[in-house]
Amino acid sequence: MALRRDRPALALSFILPVTFFSIFAVVFGGRHDSVPRISVIFVDEDKSQASRQLVQSLQREGSLEVSTKPPSKDNAAPPDYTAVTAEAAVKAGDISVALIIPRGWGANPISLGHDQSQSGPKLQLLYDASDAIAPQMVGGLLQKAAMTGMPLTMAEQGIRYTSGFIGGLTPEQQARMDANLAQLRHLESDEAAGAAPTNSASGGLIAVQTRSVVGENKRSPMISYYAAAIGVMFLLFTASGSSGALLDEAESGTLDRVLSSRITMTGLLAGKLLFNTLLAFTQLAVMFLWAWAVYHLDLPSHILGFLVMGLSTAVAVASLGMLLASLCHTRAQLGAVSTLVILIMSSIGGSMFPRFLMPQSMQKAGLFTINAWAIDGFTKVFWRDLPVTALWQQVSVLLAIAIVFFSLARRIARRWEYA
Amino acid sequence: MSANSKLADPTANSPLPLEVDALVKRFGQVVAVDSISLQLRSGECLGLLGPNGAGKSTLIRAIAGRVILDSGRVSVFGSAAGSPAARAALGWVPQDLALYPRLSATENLRSFGRYYGLAGDKFEQSIVWCLKWAALEDRAGDLTRNLSGGMKRRLNMAAGLIHQPRLVLMDEPTVGVDPQSRNRIFEMIAALRAQGMTIIYTTHYMEEAERLCDRIAIVDHGRIIALDTRDALIHNSFASRSQVIARLEGPAEKVGEWVAGRGGRLVDSTAEFTIERPTEVAGLLEGAAEAGLELIDLSLRRPNLESVFLHLTGRELRD
Repeated sequence: MALRRDRPALALSFILPVTFFSIFAVVFGGRHDSVPRISVIFVDEDKSQASRQLVQSLQREGSLEVSTKPPSKDNAAPPDYTAVTAEAAVKAGDISVALIIPRGWGANPISLGHDQSQSGPKLQLLYDASDAIAPQMVGGLLQKAAMTGMPLTMAEQGIRYTSGFIGGLTPEQQARMDANLAQLRHLESDEAAGAAPTNSASGGLIAVQTRSVVGENKRSPMISYYAAAIGVMFLLFTASGSSGALLDEAESGTLDRVLSSRITMTGLLAGKLLFNTLLAFTQLAVMFLWAWAVYHLDLPSHILGFLVMGLSTAVAVASLGMLLASLCHTRAQLGAVSTLVILIMSSIGGSMFPRFLMPQSMQKAGLFTINAWAIDGFTKVFWRDLPVTALWQQVSVLLAIAIVFFSLARRIARRWEYA
Repeated sequence: MSANSKLADPTANSPLPLEVDALVKRFGQVVAVDSISLQLRSGECLGLLGPNGAGKSTLIRAIAGRVILDSGRVSVFGSAAGSPAARAALGWVPQDLALYPRLSATENLRSFGRYYGLAGDKFEQSIVWCLKWAALEDRAGDLTRNLSGGMKRRLNMAAGLIHQPRLVLMDEPTVGVDPQSRNRIFEMIAALRAQGMTIIYTTHYMEEAERLCDRIAIVDHGRIIALDTRDALIHNSFASRSQVIARLEGPAEKVGEWVAGRGGRLVDSTAEFTIERPTEVAGLLEGAAEAGLELIDLSLRRPNLESVFLHLTGRELRD
């Protein structure tokens, strides 16, 4: 009966499951207009015809977003990525994969018939192991590009050219070449018949050397990720719950009494923000201490980064809790609204599944969540081992969120201030 | 004494505990407080007596600085209501139980004391005093939600006094309490009065106003319709007249006509007449007999505040 009277809460109890289902449907349901795209850096040190063909072929792939230069700043055209800057970009988390085409690769680009003894330089695939999908996809697409570049034709033409140049092949050479071509035809027919293409980048037509450039010595990229991801989600629940005390106080008349004392509404809200921030930070600290004790997360070496990110995240989360509490009129409303907001934020912000699994649009939408910025920051600290100065963007955004949300909460709380 | 007349304060140079001047507060189309003016002497207990919805609580909230005035002025010891000085001088006991149910009695007092910036030995002494005053020493560590209704009421009052204010606003502090607890609350208020505390006490119970207050303001429809001592209020309305209360049996229409014809009022099948002299009772009895009405019960009484309210508004206090 009480819920029936509280119509916003009633409406939200129906909206919540539908919204949540829709988010999962978009992420995992494979909508054709929202396929996730992999961002990849190409560094063409070779500048050969073969390397250009490879780059062009990959650029035509709809699932790849290829960049050869860093984003432009100050209208000046930035220089192309080099192997060094590309590796730095992967390490910094700007991108998950970089493909380096080394000088001299074009002289011998294809390794036919699983020839593991391909001479000459190999393609270098640098990746961030925290994104398990991107390097696999790029490796597969490389092979696809080689296949769609008709290697058989390339081989046959090459043989004809070679044969004409050297005055014909010996019977023994001809037999070995025919055998290789037959194997190549066999490979083609296998793929045409729907056989699973190989996932091994080094076992395909193009030999690729893969190398993880981030967290080589880490036990698991997912420990630090989920310590932050799950931590932030539960922080949000705690913050909204404890901010609900404001509604209890308003309902019981305690708020009126408090505001008749020396305390002003700004002072009261600031006090609650401080308390909720410390509560959230403590919760986060317990989570990371557990991860350190049980899962060997390297907390002691990253204590400063943890403090900076932990406090920034805690204050942003606490301010969201204050905003939600000031927006709602009853505990039931707060429960429904905060559940809706928190689950949406957590799902698109990366607390439930990594954002690289999501369609591009959803990844961008995730940037409007506290979760995404907090997780990015903690990943920089614990996964990428970046210094505290590298957190300026995440910290700035989280603090800006805190300021905006707290200001809004203060403004909305005027309704309690005076009759 | 009229509602707007100025008081002579014995401490002429110090500001009055409370001055309300032409206060108006509207909520939409509803005028909750309609041009109220009043003043309070130091050490005085003023009762605001009126039915529910008369505007008493809004007036109290305005004095506590919790209402934006549409017009008028309220000052507490010379400072505008809601100013830091006024807040420090004022203690407010709201009608609702404005307490933290999951905190103990002591923790509640400590919390509210801190809101006033209290600390140190003096604060601890104040907590002890409040617990003793509210007779909650034995239950000081109990969670508030586990206290009885009367105890919660007393704690609610104690929380309004933790900072030792000079003026206390008590908004119907006995609502919902049993007679025993009510008597305990009266004793608490008497103890405050003995210390010279200035009090405003709102109630819709006439007996409370009569028992506790030096002066009584009768509030109706957002206005003070009379303000004076109990005796003066009664005298102003009835002079030396008395009231005759009679229960008559007969056809309801006939009883009604006869009562109206004799200048009386019929309230819940009881006839009320105002007479100048007790000897007029005989005339009433004779008249009833002549009209064929049987007299079941008859009493003669001095008018009280209920009578005054009825006289001034035409309605009963509890309507």
